[in-house]
Amino acid sequence: MFHLILFLFFGAICMAGAINLLVQSHPINSALSLIVVMAALAAEYLLLGAEFVAAVQVIVYAGAIMVLFVITIMLLNAGAEEHTRGSRVAILIGVPGVLIAAVLVTWTLVARGQTGSVAIGALPGSPQDIARLLFHDFLLPFEVTSVLILIAIMGAVVLASRPEAVAHRAAKPGQPDHKEMPQLVGSGSRSGKER
Amino acid sequence: MVPIAYYLVLSGLLFTCGVLGFLIKRNIITIFMSIELMLNGVNLSFVAFAAQWHVLGNEHALSGQIFVFFVMVVAAAEATVGLAIIIAVYRTRETLNVDRVNLLKL
Repeated sequence: MFHLILFLFFGAICMAGAINLLVQSHPINSALSLIVVMAALAAEYLLLGAEFVAAVQVIVYAGAIMVLFVITIMLLNAGAEEHTRGSRVAILIGVPGVLIAAVLVTWTLVARGQTGSVAIGALPGSPQDIARLLFHDFLLPFEVTSVLILIAIMGAVVLASRPEAVAHRAAKPGQPDHKEMPQLVGSGSRSGKER
Repeated sequence: MVPIAYYLVLSGLLFTCGVLGFLIKRNIITIFMSIELMLNGVNLSFVAFAAQWHVLGNEHALSGQIFVFFVMVVAAAEATVGLAIIIAVYRTRETLNVDRVNLLKL
């Protein structure tokens, strides 16, 4: 009973955050409600007994990834979104379709799902077992993910740097590039005036 | 005792919220956040199925949690590259509206 109350409480917070993400028009509000969703999901993981997943959820998702999002929103000076004809068509067709899909999934799982019941904190998850799995049984995927992260870092640096700044640096190595920051500030203030 | 189907229902609802945001949002950053919402829903279903495996008495029930860890790593890499692409798109187009971004050329 206690487990069910806690599950419903954090599930309600989760759904409220998710719906708030859809309703808000400014991206920073959406990002903050997404942080609420992730924190509530971490609580759900704790209820299931997956402490490792809950900790990684808070550290990586609600911490690192959302900081990236918020910094990008601030850097680009993103304003409220504008609606177009295409978005109204998407609302008219998308909302009923997705609601039907949600009802179907819920009905199938509750009425036909042959799943068992779980007690609070039932999943095993001692650090010893997780370390053995991560660094012994899944050692190759773990190393591959480190290579993936490295490639992602290099891709982000290449994509986010200006082409002319790279060419400038390649032409004159050793000289710091002073043109980069004023350009960024100038473009930001210009787009701010347009809005 | 809570039926595992309830956790799966919550994960399905989160996923449908993500799909809905992907469809109706026009800001490219919010669309990206909807994708993260979908990934979160899938992660919850992974942990719920790991719990089901544990209820059935399998001793390898921890593998589902390790899989969630890998999903999170891939999501972190995806967020890094995706946000860099968004910054590059904003530099050339001066807009974040996906309806105005109709060319892949930077």
